[in-house]
Amino acid sequence: MVILDGVEKRFGGRLVLAPTTLTVGARTSLALLGPSGCGKSTLLRLVLGLLTPDAGSLSVAGVRVTAATATSVRRRIGYVIQEGGLFPHLTARDNVALLARHLGWRPPRVAERLEELAVLVRLEPAMLERYPVELSGGERQRVGIMRALMLDPPLLLLDEPMGALDPMVRARLQEDLKRIFADLEKTVIFVTHSLEEAAFLGDEVVLMRDGRVIQRGTMHDLETAADPFTREFVDVQRGGHAHRAAPGLDA
Amino acid sequence: MRTFPAACLAALAVLLWIAPCAAADESGPLRVGSKRFTESYILAEIAAQVAREAGDVPVSHEQGLGGTAVVFRALEEGSIDVYPEYTGTLAEAVLHTAGRRDLASLRSALAARGIAMSDPLGFDNTYALAVSAGLAARRHLATISDLAGAPDLRLGLSPEFLGRSDGFPALAERYGLSTGHVEPMDHGLAYEALSRGSIDVADAYSTDAKIARYGLKVLADDRRFFPSYEAVFLYRAGAARRAPRAIAAIRALSGTIDADEIGRLNAEAEIDGRTFSSIAQEFLRSRDGGAPIGATLRQGRAPLWPGMLSVIRAEGPTHVMLVAIASFLATLVGVPLGIFSRWERRVGRVVIGATSVVQTIPALALLCFFIPLLGTGTRPALLALFVYALLPIVRNTVAGLDAIPSPLRESAIALGLGPWTRLFRIELPLASGTILAGIRTSTVISVGAATLAAFIGAGGFGAPITTGLNLDDTNLILEGAIPAALLALAVEGLFTILDRVLIPRGLRLRPVVAESR
Repeated sequence: MVILDGVEKRFGGRLVLAPTTLTVGARTSLALLGPSGCGKSTLLRLVLGLLTPDAGSLSVAGVRVTAATATSVRRRIGYVIQEGGLFPHLTARDNVALLARHLGWRPPRVAERLEELAVLVRLEPAMLERYPVELSGGERQRVGIMRALMLDPPLLLLDEPMGALDPMVRARLQEDLKRIFADLEKTVIFVTHSLEEAAFLGDEVVLMRDGRVIQRGTMHDLETAADPFTREFVDVQRGGHAHRAAPGLDA
Repeated sequence: MRTFPAACLAALAVLLWIAPCAAADESGPLRVGSKRFTESYILAEIAAQVAREAGDVPVSHEQGLGGTAVVFRALEEGSIDVYPEYTGTLAEAVLHTAGRRDLASLRSALAARGIAMSDPLGFDNTYALAVSAGLAARRHLATISDLAGAPDLRLGLSPEFLGRSDGFPALAERYGLSTGHVEPMDHGLAYEALSRGSIDVADAYSTDAKIARYGLKVLADDRRFFPSYEAVFLYRAGAARRAPRAIAAIRALSGTIDADEIGRLNAEAEIDGRTFSSIAQEFLRSRDGGAPIGATLRQGRAPLWPGMLSVIRAEGPTHVMLVAIASFLATLVGVPLGIFSRWERRVGRVVIGATSVVQTIPALALLCFFIPLLGTGTRPALLALFVYALLPIVRNTVAGLDAIPSPLRESAIALGLGPWTRLFRIELPLASGTILAGIRTSTVISVGAATLAAFIGAGGFGAPITTGLNLDDTNLILEGAIPAALLALAVEGLFTILDRVLIPRGLRLRPVVAESR
């Protein structure tokens, strides 16, 4: 579904993504995991064509992403960011329906799809008439997911979708997302810095650091890895202490 | 989406309508112009009345168009047909023929430009230097030579007098005056400054009514420096063909107004506060042997409130029209210019730079700048106000678009919306608050700047202000200034309503602290 072939990105000379080759098969859910600034969000933005690679090429569903194809590729991708990225001047309903209306959907079809999606993401229909500032963080995120799913795209990209939510809301949304991913059989790439979230939602995990892929595999692969960074990352996230490579630190 | 190019086209069309030069018009009414001082108003009004009486064409008086350069230019390019001028001014400031001051050589130089000159009207309004009588007594000042011995005195001189080659620089050289304490000052303000003691010496006209009113002493020109400034009428040669009787009547005024007479007429305007038309009417009646109608026409200084109401009725529509058209065009052009500036950053820097430079030009200078291109009156005023109104709109459009958080900008791109849809559905609505604030600022500035439009004959609330400044009539100034201030407040109110209509509701709501759901 998504193929990166030697994709490299620099910001003003600084390497943010080292040449990366990565294939994500259809209907799998891949977690991009790693500390802040490791290049995981950059990778998503490259797939969307928001950034242009300095080297290499990438394709989505068999279409190479270029300036010319970017718009049509984007319409086959649902993108969700922290807080949902909703437009504050539009109601939740208008946010979700924006692109469908732009593409000329008839109003009954739009309304029907909205109803369907509200049930799917478990959002009270009355909330659709509200403006984003009138919604809670969790509700905004659910509306953001509805907007991403509106055209029923085969690929979903989520950039720290739960980043701004408190733990209770986060747990409920995680469960709903897992159900949605399974029900709809989408290909999903999501960015997170939480091992637990990656384990819960991802079929596979890619661990990144300083613009490089350190490890790719299942959760089990990660836990049994020999690589010192991977082990340290896993240990810290598990709530334990960092892997004690240097005994001197004990003192 | 189709509205954007359409709006650009409409703006272009209106600009093209404004742009053509006010072509020399050899038909229509006979237009008499005047400069911005009492004597010029009165002489022009007298000319207008005798021309009207002659009856071959309708006559209008374009009052107080500006200084010498503006009004002479207006005559040359046909915006006006007649105006009163002085021989000394013509020789130096207009024709630059320092050596040839006799009437015959002036006439032939003017004829080459299609302009004719009447015989002198009968008085010489030369430059003079004036001091307060008290200061003259204390410092024993009687002649200009005496000033050479008092280099500490502060001089407040009109920019025209300071700049002319036969003006202050030559005078200072002839008399050996100190140039240390010289300050340029509008003629209308200098007398006031003189009587308050903030300056000691001012330039004056020898027929000026205010010399007596402010208790000033004219210093004798003991070295005969100042040339003669005989009053004459200039008129377009074409006008004499078009309205021969009117021009003949104006020419017949030659030799009928002496220095005492004009001093008296000036005083009636400036001290008694009578209207120029009633002064001219009475002068003509008494000249024709009729009894002066004095009492019936005499009107003291009008009380403020009724005067203001009539100003609002007479000048309000013009002022509102100037501001509305200029602001509307500036919005129509400024918002697209701001959008374009953001897309093409390099062009944007040039646009912002250019509009900033325009903003640093004093509004009055900008108004005068367009006179050679568009003549006097409404068109150059609209163009100047339009250019002046652009900066806040362009700036705020750029700032408003810049302020859109990049996650929202990227969300719109990631959704797969095209650039025009993003602009109209997402970016402009999100920037609408800032853009409207720019239009509001720009419009309020225009309300103020439009008062200056009267200086180039476009009318509006500036008309009583200019006249008031020349007559030193505070009431008259307030009659224009208060309505202008009220209009500015009304504009603020209007935009508060527009904000509610045009800024999307979602952007005006305060965030609610919602419980976790």
